Amino acid sequence: MDPLLTVSGLTMDFGGIRALDHVHLHLVQGEIFALIGPNGAGKTTLFNCLTGVYTPSGGDVLLKPPGQIPQRLNGLKPNRITEKGVARTFQNIRLFPNMSTLENVMIGRHCRSRAQVFGAIFRTPATVCEEKAIVGTSLALLERVGLAEHAHVLAKNLPYGAQRRLEIARALATEPLLLLLDEPAAGMNPRETVELEELISSINGDGLTILLIEHDMRLVMRLSDHIFVMDYGRKIAEGTPEQIRHNPEVIKAYLGEGTDHA
Amino acid sequence: MLTGTDLRRALLIGLWFMFLTFPLLAIKVNPIEQTVTWRWANMLWVGGATTVIALACRFLQARQAARQERIRLGLEPPPATWNFALLREPRFALPLLGATAVFLLAFPALFSSYQVNIMITALMYVVLGLGLNIVVGVAGLLDLGYVAFYAVGAYAYGLLHLHFDWGFWTVLPIGGLLGALFGLLLGFPVLRLRGDYLAIVTLGFGEIIRLILENWSEFSQGPSGIANIARPGFFGFELSMEESLVYLYYLMIGMALFTVFVVNRLQNSRIGRAWFALREDEIACQAMGIDKTRTKLTAFALGATWAGMAGVFFAAKTTFINPASFTFLESAIILCIVVLGGMGSIVGVIAGALLLILLPEYLRAVAEYRMLVFGAILVVMMILRPQGLVAPMRQTYTPPR
Repeated sequence: MDPLLTVSGLTMDFGGIRALDHVHLHLVQGEIFALIGPNGAGKTTLFNCLTGVYTPSGGDVLLKPPGQIPQRLNGLKPNRITEKGVARTFQNIRLFPNMSTLENVMIGRHCRSRAQVFGAIFRTPATVCEEKAIVGTSLALLERVGLAEHAHVLAKNLPYGAQRRLEIARALATEPLLLLLDEPAAGMNPRETVELEELISSINGDGLTILLIEHDMRLVMRLSDHIFVMDYGRKIAEGTPEQIRHNPEVIKAYLGEGTDHA
Repeated sequence: MLTGTDLRRALLIGLWFMFLTFPLLAIKVNPIEQTVTWRWANMLWVGGATTVIALACRFLQARQAARQERIRLGLEPPPATWNFALLREPRFALPLLGATAVFLLAFPALFSSYQVNIMITALMYVVLGLGLNIVVGVAGLLDLGYVAFYAVGAYAYGLLHLHFDWGFWTVLPIGGLLGALFGLLLGFPVLRLRGDYLAIVTLGFGEIIRLILENWSEFSQGPSGIANIARPGFFGFELSMEESLVYLYYLMIGMALFTVFVVNRLQNSRIGRAWFALREDEIACQAMGIDKTRTKLTAFALGATWAGMAGVFFAAKTTFINPASFTFLESAIILCIVVLGGMGSIVGVIAGALLLILLPEYLRAVAEYRMLVFGAILVVMMILRPQGLVAPMRQTYTPPR
């Protein structure tokens, strides 16, 4: 089991409030990890720290791409982290609303392409070739998430479930090693959730490691290999879905103190 | 169709306009004879006219609504829609382009040098508008100090000509480069700013440049400006006033075409997409691996380049420059061109520039009221078509074969 991402002692303070308190996570290559916990537990803050939106107050985030030495991610700008291979989606969808579905995915290819001002103005053969490759790859990704026929629709005109899938396609376009999904099933109907589950499994089948925040417990239990539970900025438990289901700490965090003790 | 409420509302609008225009149209003070004339007849005219216009608008609105209702109920066929996309088809686009080209080429032969002069100005604003369009329309960074780069270009030519006797063609690229350099200079401190804050800082930047030019007399000759700047040379031939104007006109056409070509290519490239994405959502943009700093700086620099070059043209055209030509009003007009034309649309910006620069010139016929009419047209446009004259068209991509 190769480790891919190691988070050690990650701490995030907002003024006097400690949103993350020495969080340790260990993600191995090729598995699906879930991050669960009550609202306000610090899940999205953790995501923001991992992707560079926030600079953590303390601790380390180390990414070890297969066959390379580990690299420190904390303190890097979000775009550098994406380049290193950590892509994400957002809890409240953040597509580029007035760009077409295809263009949204093409933006994801930005960090894997190189054309500069000179190439753009003179349309050098290298640029033309690169543009073709970008369009090709992006269309293939749209095909993959089932949005190929909507390629030229503006992103804001897509139905909700499709927007969620487009966010995943856009993140995949950056060729990530680790994909962070922030509540991918939020607001989806049961059928869309099933489709999403298949999509996530198939992405994982290609060897991509996935870390997802999700409130739909059935989805989490079916999909994930390993679950982290957070509450009040701390990791309170981790284990396989079966272990988590029966963990008294987790039950307490979700349901409060049991009434039979009273 | 018109109810009592409509009538009452129209009367109220009339009264409101009477109140608004009262100080200007009713009172006439003669400071020499120290008399005040009350022109009540004007008041009645204003009140009456606005009431009638308001009623007419309401009537048209009601009729439109009634027709929509009938169409919805299937009593009337929907009207054939006039489609701008039709103009993009080759059988319409080619003759249209050809006619425009012939007209533009024959323009100096057909019209007086006064008209040619106005057209040169309009074309200069086309270039300025297209440059600002990169910053405001495409990258979504509200820049109110754009005229600073225009001044940089103009003074680059003015000063280099004054001190070193450099010619137009040598300075043109230098003007562009200096524009880009100042674009970067403005870009660095405002990287973290957005929206209103960005607008305020850029506004300040524009004023700083103008104030420096006005007050640092040893450098820029202050408010008295720089005179006797050479017109563009034509392979060493001596040109008369008239000829050099026509020559400048053709140069300006070339410059505008060059701008359109480059800006179009930039917009439809990897960099252009990054600019659009930056305008749409800054956080998502970074999360997708786009370097925000770099993208913003290229937008500022590449936008300012055009202002720098347009500045060189301006200095060459007027042969005299002083800081008074580079006030905030200029920035505002260029911004108006972009917003009125359609943010992010090249055709729109061209149309906007021609409209905004040519209209006030040709409205001189109605002399005193031209600015009023100009303002009214802007207001009406913003109500009827807030997206601008021409909504931007995004490039469509076809799968590679």
